[in-house]
Amino acid sequence: MTRDNGEMIGMNSAAELVLKPHTGWQPVDWQEIWRGRELFTFLVWRDIKIRYKQTVLGGLWAIFQPLLAMLIFTAVFGRLAGIQTDGPPYPLFAYSGLVVWTFFANSVSMSSNSLVGNQVLVSKIYFPRVFIPLASIGALLLDFFIGLLLMFGLMIYYRWPLSADCVWIPLYILGTLLTSSGLGLILSALNVSFRDVKYVVPFFIQMGLFVSPVIYPLSHVPARFRVFLGLNPMSGMITGFRQSVLGGATDWGFVSASFAMSAVLFVAGLFIFRRMERRFADII
Amino acid sequence: MSHIIEVDNLSKKYKLGAARRHEDNLRDALVHGLRASWQVLRRGWGDGANSSGPEWMWALQDVSFRVEQGDVMGIIGANGAGKSTLLKILSRITDPTEGCVRLRGRVASLLEVGTGFHPDLTGRENIFLNGAMLGMKRAEIESKFDEIVAFAELEKFLDTPVKHYSSGMYVRLGFAVAAHLDPEVLIVDEVLAVGDMAFQRKCLGKMGQFGQSGRTILFVSHNIPAVLNLCQRGIVLEHGRLTFEGDAKSAVEYYVGAVSRPEQRSESHIIDLWNSSRRPPQYQRWLRKLEVFSGDGRPFTGELAIGTPIRARVEFQLREPTANFDVRVNFVDLYGQMIFAARSSYEPNRNWGPRSGVQEFICEIPDLPLTQGEYRIEVGLVLNDRCVDYVEDACRLKILGSDFYGTGKIPSVGFLVHEQHWSLK
Repeated sequence: MTRDNGEMIGMNSAAELVLKPHTGWQPVDWQEIWRGRELFTFLVWRDIKIRYKQTVLGGLWAIFQPLLAMLIFTAVFGRLAGIQTDGPPYPLFAYSGLVVWTFFANSVSMSSNSLVGNQVLVSKIYFPRVFIPLASIGALLLDFFIGLLLMFGLMIYYRWPLSADCVWIPLYILGTLLTSSGLGLILSALNVSFRDVKYVVPFFIQMGLFVSPVIYPLSHVPARFRVFLGLNPMSGMITGFRQSVLGGATDWGFVSASFAMSAVLFVAGLFIFRRMERRFADII
Repeated sequence: MSHIIEVDNLSKKYKLGAARRHEDNLRDALVHGLRASWQVLRRGWGDGANSSGPEWMWALQDVSFRVEQGDVMGIIGANGAGKSTLLKILSRITDPTEGCVRLRGRVASLLEVGTGFHPDLTGRENIFLNGAMLGMKRAEIESKFDEIVAFAELEKFLDTPVKHYSSGMYVRLGFAVAAHLDPEVLIVDEVLAVGDMAFQRKCLGKMGQFGQSGRTILFVSHNIPAVLNLCQRGIVLEHGRLTFEGDAKSAVEYYVGAVSRPEQRSESHIIDLWNSSRRPPQYQRWLRKLEVFSGDGRPFTGELAIGTPIRARVEFQLREPTANFDVRVNFVDLYGQMIFAARSSYEPNRNWGPRSGVQEFICEIPDLPLTQGEYRIEVGLVLNDRCVDYVEDACRLKILGSDFYGTGKIPSVGFLVHEQHWSLK
């Protein structure tokens, strides 16, 4: 592993690496993460490659998952329950939420199992451990972009114009990445000691779909509950993303609350992971 | 001049027993936590922690040594002596519990061949992935790619997923990648135990070149000839402690016990197992005493002739009545290879039923079939299918040459002698 920048045999103190016991909270080693960026891209590439090799449909799953969910929710909520969307047709409305939600849900469940699924890497080789959960999320980003293409396809089909706010799309992708990375880091680290995480995560993801405005508009939620919904960073990401694609007024207050939450979650994730990673190799 | 590796008072302890086995489940963690607090409430702070808390084991204790640039150093020790733990700390996989290590240079470590290979990826893809994991840059891998493939002799299978590789091919590919790393310090664990002889020799050659080019190698192996061949220096680890440091040859001699240690020679045929210092730290005291006699009932003097009877009396205690126990007397050669195992569970007429308290078991071996040489007698106790106590090297046994076959010659090859009959058809 590259531990220093010295090209020649570095006998100066700058190239010295000290290994000693660590206790309590530790700073995140950004330098080391930056130096490992090539390995990170390799790991993302590995996760994509393996997933596409092991599945028959490969990249098509990226579309099927949100598309099928959209069809079902359209039938149930759009038709039977008659949910009004304040604008776009229900299928478009639902799909725009589902494409973000699917990415989030898969990211959290894949990353939380990533360390346990890569035991050998953890116990036999050293590189920044954060790469393992983060790479599994990075790999899912490709699926998300494929799903996004279908989103634009559906908009053409429904002749719905792209909002001028679409410049903000990357911002919401970033927020979703921060949220899922934060959760993924915490859950993957916990999963090393407590394998229960594996069973808990799918349950909460299922619940999460209903407490985030994925398949119903925020306006359906009574104002006094909206505050609580705002604590869920994904509700801001989903409504924000939807508005920047399909149009409508953005509730910036609500969205910034979600951004703040996602940033907190990400930073907390990094530090919690950093604190727990010392013991991974001993207990995994 | 400062050293390329400085290890100071390094210690590492691991949690053992209950905590490690069961706490990977949230419920058990909660139950364990509650039970521990209940015990604390009931008994007060002092004992609560002792009786129900996790057991700790020191895998390394107070190890210090220095490595100079260009040294090729062998790390020798029996299984469980702490070699792997030491390498894991040096490779940053785990943190030490105490002490510190200073590394001055680019380190690459190879604790396992082909770590991170994915069975579904092809040989080509795995070379890139594994190379990156071991710390190579993409450009570096690209420039050495052909060399790696040639070294592994796998040109034809580059685009085959490695799950279709034989284990030999897998090892070859893994080592080929690692052999083309260009670090200042290379840390290698027992990786040469696998693979065919010819390839092993090739790897050793490559490592030899590496060492001659002034780079530093730490090499762990059970392969004593390889250590002698490759290393100039050696350290010996025993039960987590560094017990010898010196040139490779003396280290090997020390390890195999050719240099006899004074405490080793037991003066008496009665060996105190209870207070033995040869009990690895993960075991507790159950075994009390070992008495050894030669076949005719005379106290054992440390020497026996080939094919003569031996009798061992093992005294141990059982804390609760149980029938599920097994007493073991193992004969191990000085390289750590178990040659012959005697177990009470091998006795077909064992109707000794549930027992408790102090027990004395007698093991009689009518003619011990070991050939000339020195052996260690090790004693163990297995309780409910778990080894609870073990004393390594409880005593030494020297088998003296004798005319076992009655031919006027002393049989000297192989591990065993055994009655045999030859005839001409």
